[in-house]
Formats: sequence, C-alpha cells, structure tokens
Amino acid sequence: MTLQTLLFLVLALVAITSALGMLISRNAVYSALFLVLNFATVAVYFLLLNAPFIAVAQVSVYAGAIMVLFLFVIMLLGAERAAQAQSIPWQRPLAISLAIVLLLEAGFILLGQRGVVPMVTSELPSGFGSPAQVGTELFQNYLLPFEVTSVLLLVAMIGAIVLTKNEKK
Amino acid sequence: MVSINFYLGLAIILFTIGALGVLIRRNSIIIFMSVELMLNAANLAFVAFARYWQTMNGQIFVFFIMTVAAAEVAIGLALIVTIFRSKASIDVDQMNSLKG
Repeated sequence: MTLQTLLFLVLALVAITSALGMLISRNAVYSALFLVLNFATVAVYFLLLNAPFIAVAQVSVYAGAIMVLFLFVIMLLGAERAAQAQSIPWQRPLAISLAIVLLLEAGFILLGQRGVVPMVTSELPSGFGSPAQVGTELFQNYLLPFEVTSVLLLVAMIGAIVLTKNEKK
Repeated sequence: MVSINFYLGLAIILFTIGALGVLIRRNSIIIFMSVELMLNAANLAFVAFARYWQTMNGQIFVFFIMTVAAAEVAIGLALIVTIFRSKASIDVDQMNSLKG
C-alpha cells in the first residue's frame, strides 16, 4: 500500500465520520463544526488531486464564509437544540432504507462502468490547476458564465437584504 | 496514484449521507447543511474527473458551483430567519401554511 492510498483511507475515515457526526448530533452548533471538519478534509483531497486553487477557495469560501453564516444564524435564532418531535413514526426507517437503496444503486453503477472511467496517469502538464491556469481558463473560455455569476451574487445580496428587512408598519 | 473509483465511492457515500440528512432531520438549518454536504460530494467527483481526464473544465465548474452555493446559502438563511420571525420555530413540520 502506497503512502497516498494510506492518506486517502485515513482522510476518508475522517470525512465519513464527520459527515455522520453532522447528521447525528443533537446540537446544531456541533453539526456546523463537524461540517467544517468535513469541508477541510475535502480541501485536502483537492490538494491531492492537483487542484490547489480550488482547495484554497474551498477553505476560505465554504469552511470560512458559508459556515460562519450558518453559525451566525444558528446563534441568532437560538436554535441550537430544536426539539426533535417525531410526528410520522415510519419516517426514519423508510428514509434509512431509501438511503441504502440509493447507496447500493450508485455503487452498482460505479462498479459496472469500467470502460468509462479514464486510465490512471501520474504525469500531468506543468502548472495544472494552478491559479494562473484557472484564471486563464476562466477569463478566456468561461468569460460569459463568470460575468453572469456576478449578477447572480448581486441578486442574492439584494434578495437577502429585502427578505430580512424589518418592516415597520 | 489512487484509483478514481475510490474518489467516486467516497463522493457517493458523502452524497448519500447528505440525502439521508435531508430526509430524517426536522431542523431546517441541519437540512440546509446536508444540502451543502451533497454539493460538496458533487464537487469532489468533479475535481477527481478533472484530474483523471487532465482537463481544467471540472475545476472551473466547481468554482461556479461554489458561487451558486454561496448565493443559495445567503437567500436560504434569510428565508429561515424570516420564517422564524413569523412562526418562532424552524421545524419543517411547522411550515404548513402558505401565508404567515
């Protein structure tokens, strides 16, 4: 077993455990912190996959900005311990069995599609995934989507302000 | 070099955990976090494919997914705050009327 495989398996263990912790923990703040851990391990995977720019963006945007927003709203609403009243008794077993079906289905497809998955190659063109190459790609081939993204963010900003504005009548 | 099947398998497992979270939790903030987990699993699959096909397109797509996720979180949390103001609860079972 190579060092990289070992690293992959250890990180997979951390990622799956933190995802399950997010799912199970009663306190919403703990859930958010487990999710931060999960995002950080996925960022390490991005580094292993030669995507340093995406990895840094993952840490700063996801684990940083988005999760701070989540924690802020959890604490603003005081919703750390929402009562888990179970109104439909068969909901949980049904949901778990459906999730197992989804897992088996996707695993079956993954194991069946041997020809589609590309061959493993270890050599890459130099500078693959570097910020310079991401920028070149973004501003040459993906310029229009990039500009549309700015409109999307503007709309989201205005929408958030309008929705949370306190109307005094 | 780890086989791409390992990365895809991990992405599948994370996606399933996210879907399970959407199905069994009642707290709407946790449901929202599960959606983020599913988006993240998709990102992992994208970056793995980008690495193994040796093209940048997958990484650019992940960049756009992150932007859309940020916009979605801003709007979604604003909606949750608004619902909390009128219902004093963020339990999805309480959201059963069209007009607050």
